Amino acid sequence: MTSILYDAPGPRAKRRNVLFSVVFFVLLALLLWWIWQTMDEKGQLEWALWKPFTTSEAWTTYLLPGLADTLKAAALSMVIALPLGAVLGIARMSDHRWVRIPAGAVVEFFRAIPVLLLMLFANEFYVRSTGIPSDERPLYAVVTGLVLYNASVLAEIVRAGILSLPKGQSEAAMAVGLRKSQTMSSILLPQAVTAMLPAIVSQLVVIVKDTALGGVMLGFTELLNTRSTLAANYANVIPSFIVVAVIFVVLNFILTSFASWLEGRLRRSKRSTGAVLGADKVDDVNAAEVGGTYGTGAGGSI
Amino acid sequence: MFDFLSDYDDPTLLGAFWVTVQLTVLSAIGSLIWGTLLAAMRVSPVPLMRGFGTAYVNIVRNIPLTVIIVFTSLGLANIFGVTMGAPDDFEAKAFRLAVLGLVAYTAAFVCEAIRSGINTVPVGQAEAARAIGLSFSQILRLIVLPQAFRSVIGPLANVLIALTKNTTVAAAIGVAEAALLMKEMIENEAQTLLIGAIFAFGFVVLTLPTGLILGWLSKRLAVKR
Repeated sequence: MTSILYDAPGPRAKRRNVLFSVVFFVLLALLLWWIWQTMDEKGQLEWALWKPFTTSEAWTTYLLPGLADTLKAAALSMVIALPLGAVLGIARMSDHRWVRIPAGAVVEFFRAIPVLLLMLFANEFYVRSTGIPSDERPLYAVVTGLVLYNASVLAEIVRAGILSLPKGQSEAAMAVGLRKSQTMSSILLPQAVTAMLPAIVSQLVVIVKDTALGGVMLGFTELLNTRSTLAANYANVIPSFIVVAVIFVVLNFILTSFASWLEGRLRRSKRSTGAVLGADKVDDVNAAEVGGTYGTGAGGSI
Repeated sequence: MFDFLSDYDDPTLLGAFWVTVQLTVLSAIGSLIWGTLLAAMRVSPVPLMRGFGTAYVNIVRNIPLTVIIVFTSLGLANIFGVTMGAPDDFEAKAFRLAVLGLVAYTAAFVCEAIRSGINTVPVGQAEAARAIGLSFSQILRLIVLPQAFRSVIGPLANVLIALTKNTTVAAAIGVAEAALLMKEMIENEAQTLLIGAIFAFGFVVLTLPTGLILGWLSKRLAVKR
């Protein structure tokens, strides 16, 4: 294998690579052995702590309802944030300054603020100003915080998606006499949505991860929150963390794989213009990349 | 209007933001080191190292930061007795554990940023360098790394800004930083909107200059291709 950093290895390099492999393998094995040993020392490997996960009770009482709440909050946030983000993103590209500037300010503001602050504020707002019952309030607060943040991230994705289309698309629309709104709604948006799909799916990973914040700080009964009830019940802190982490990794891995599958499919597709906003694109959807001023709240996918 | 601020002295408003800044700077340094090591593994010619780097990044990236931070406290500290050499003091312990969690998590993103930076350098650059007879270290030093560093600034700036915002998660294990103070204030005081605005302003002040300066720098240093 050759790369920018090194050429295809010759005999000497091959010997050296084997040596590195062996040394690294030994180090890795030592590390794993040490972790295993420490776990054993603290009695974390005892079957009694892991056994609950083989029973249906742990799953039906704690983990699955928690996972359901995680998914519910994530899905709600995405469904609400998407149209909001589309409106903000399109408004930011408006020809009228009085539309463009406020939309830009809103997007940059909400991207600059940690999502936890938005959740805390929303929670307190609902406590004081609305009659939402206290058992539903955490869900409302979590979804509100996530919507405000992700709508502005999605706004940038929408903008980047539209800008990623070849210029000829809007020029041709203008040439056949479509109005600006017609160009946007029947030419640009339908293509941009397809181009954006991978980026949107990978933003879903961010949303899923952020729901855990509500579990700790607001008492929203998502997976991390039900984990603590479970651990209190079975006294298995470490195993429960490992199981929850595995659930999150599997869930997000499925979403990520789906996003890159979509991306590959769209890139190969012959019917489109070939414009695709990759799953990685979320990382660098900052205004600099898409032709504006450099914004505050980049790093949308972290 | 701002009278209530003087009721909070442990920490004060500025003190809480100072903790946020400390968390950010320490985690940034730590994750830059660990992330660079991971990136070096991911681009190395040794398959086992590549495998480890890939596995680490893909696992850690997909676990919520909240899970990692809460685990450092409930798992590492309470069960395994990891205290990071902190004195027997709840505050100091939580702070160090939060930095540990932030470093472990952010390093995965730093690794990806650096790796993508290296990948933007066209292979032809190194091939041309080999063709004119430069040695391996000369190629790295004179051709590849100068170009890679420049294209890495932008993505790393994004990671730094996200890290600044992510430090708020440390509130989950009781580190007295800005988000925790906001939670306390907003629950006890009447001026909800004002408190929200103060803390929002604080984070805009922290992230805006970083974005502007590093964004300008990355544009200025970008390799035009």
